[in-house]
Amino acid sequence: MTANLKHALFCAFITLIISYPILGFDLKGRGTSVALEGVDISTSIGVLLAVVIVFVFQLYRDTIMGSVRQLPAINPLANREPMEQSKRLKLESILLTLMVIGAVIWPFIASRGAVDLATLVLIYIMLALGLNVVVGLAGLLDLGYVAFYAVGAYSFALLSQYFGISFWFALPIGAGLAALFGLVLGFPVLRLRGDYLAIVTLGFGEIIRILLNNMTSLTGGPNGIGGIPDPTLFGMEFSRLIKEEGNTSFHETFGIAYSGEHKVIFLYLIALVLAVITAVAIRRLMRMPVGRAWEALREDEIAAKSLGLSRTAVKLSAFTIGAFFAGFAGTVFASKQGFISPESFVFLESAIILAIVVLGGMGSQMGVILAAIAVTILPELAREFSEYRMLIFGAAMVLMMVWRPQGLMPMRRIHIELKRQE
Amino acid sequence: MLEVQNLSMRFGGLLAVDQVSLDVQEHEIVAIIGPNGAGKTTVFNCMSGFYKPTGGKILFEGNEIQGKPDYKISRLGLVRTFQHVRLFNRMTVVENLLVAQHRHLNTNLISGILKTPNYREREQKSLDRAAYWLDRVGLTEMANRDAGNLAYGQQRRLEIARCMVTEPKLLMLDEPAAGLNPAETKDLNQLIISLKEDYNVSVVLIEHDMSLVMDISDRINVINQGRPLASGTPDEIRRNDDVIKAYLGEA
Repeated sequence: MTANLKHALFCAFITLIISYPILGFDLKGRGTSVALEGVDISTSIGVLLAVVIVFVFQLYRDTIMGSVRQLPAINPLANREPMEQSKRLKLESILLTLMVIGAVIWPFIASRGAVDLATLVLIYIMLALGLNVVVGLAGLLDLGYVAFYAVGAYSFALLSQYFGISFWFALPIGAGLAALFGLVLGFPVLRLRGDYLAIVTLGFGEIIRILLNNMTSLTGGPNGIGGIPDPTLFGMEFSRLIKEEGNTSFHETFGIAYSGEHKVIFLYLIALVLAVITAVAIRRLMRMPVGRAWEALREDEIAAKSLGLSRTAVKLSAFTIGAFFAGFAGTVFASKQGFISPESFVFLESAIILAIVVLGGMGSQMGVILAAIAVTILPELAREFSEYRMLIFGAAMVLMMVWRPQGLMPMRRIHIELKRQE
Repeated sequence: MLEVQNLSMRFGGLLAVDQVSLDVQEHEIVAIIGPNGAGKTTVFNCMSGFYKPTGGKILFEGNEIQGKPDYKISRLGLVRTFQHVRLFNRMTVVENLLVAQHRHLNTNLISGILKTPNYREREQKSLDRAAYWLDRVGLTEMANRDAGNLAYGQQRRLEIARCMVTEPKLLMLDEPAAGLNPAETKDLNQLIISLKEDYNVSVVLIEHDMSLVMDISDRINVINQGRPLASGTPDEIRRNDDVIKAYLGEA
């Protein structure tokens, strides 16, 4: 108890000396000079209240955290028997079908803003599924994943700016280039693991961003690249006036009134198709020899090598395939925004994508998809709380990790039926 | 089939292995014994490519393999287990056995995504081989459990099964009986003999359990402080004065 009391006093004191100087004073301009003034009494009371809360929480920390740990018991599903394999698979496939059908119908019932947000969610799903290969399956902590996203986005932007290449051609090129960058990054980091790998990938991410920022003549530097064309549907444009010779416009072809929403919906549907392709392709990969090899390398590198797996091939394939899907997402992102700049590819993006993977449950596709939805939508829902929304977001993450450190839906092993030996 | 000639391994100032030679013929079980720290595992690590030896030659079926990367040596059919069990803990037992059969990954990337008949056939073959070996080591019931949740003895057996699905020519076992109870050791005994008799695999093993070594070995090499001390049949070793001295101290 005395240890707790000491600890609680210490924490309360730290809270006081950190928050009071920041919140308790105000800089006021008086003519040419600036004066420090104490703020109104309500803020001081607020700070004091916070100090008291911290003190009480720390004093009874064990009791409080203990009851928090008990909470999963409230969940009625927590103690149920695990479902049979066949039943679970059936349920899962029904659920997935419903989700996809819902996702297809969604743009026709939701508002333009909601569809736009949903497109962003899909882009994050692609990114997170790709990173899941590298981090969740192969166990390679990649903090510079956003670099491949940037490569995809910038390849489309540059190709369209300099060569007038359309979205559909840029999509495979962007993904391919990102994959190539993944391969190139893969080589120097082959020998690294864990923390060291994380630092090198972090550096790589920053190098790409800084290059984009400074190669002004090519990329426009911090000003970014604008006027990235929208995708077309079999040569039909979604704009009011046709921009390119030889194209027709969507609304005229179908004899409907022009609406800006068509374009948004179309982009959403493209993103949806690509996200589904990503999910299905990675799902197959996971169950293939290469997928198992990724996991084997994560579990025990030495044992994997002793069984004849080449560390080089396995690591490079994980990096390349992860980067490939980031390139996919980048191309869609560039097309959606119509304008990109290095601002969109800062470290925070990498961190958020990583957070999605960890929150969802490493290696679990379903979990990662749910987490991508939650992480993208939550800050939007909390918009009313304006400046506190990131705080709420952070608190939600901390709580998640306390409750379910294994993630929303931890990865489940696939059950493999064996033929009986006669 | 395997010949080690004057193998030396130096770590800085420490000569861990000094001029060790041994050979393994086909259809033979050879044991390496010696006190703790004698350099037995270092010899293994050199043979399996985990270390690059500083001197000497290792010939496998007539080809020099010293200094080759570990995974290439393993693909030649020279597969090993470890002193401490090294399974893929968070993968299921079957998956552990499947991974071992995935030596050539790149050839089936596209055919795997498209699930071509050829790919399916190969997958089915791997599964059948896995099923066979699970049955052989008595782990069929555990097929879909996480390997990390198995009992220690089962983990040991799974590790051997995992080597065997790669269809090796020479199996290197590093203290396979460590941590097993007498009944399990006896089962292991029979398993190793059957590997030789029924599957025509040669075995090199490091072991401290003398009853096991004496029972199953065709020949024994003794290493002491990195140097070869004696070699011969179990009977010869049992009567060798140098060996008795090294193990029991001067009488």
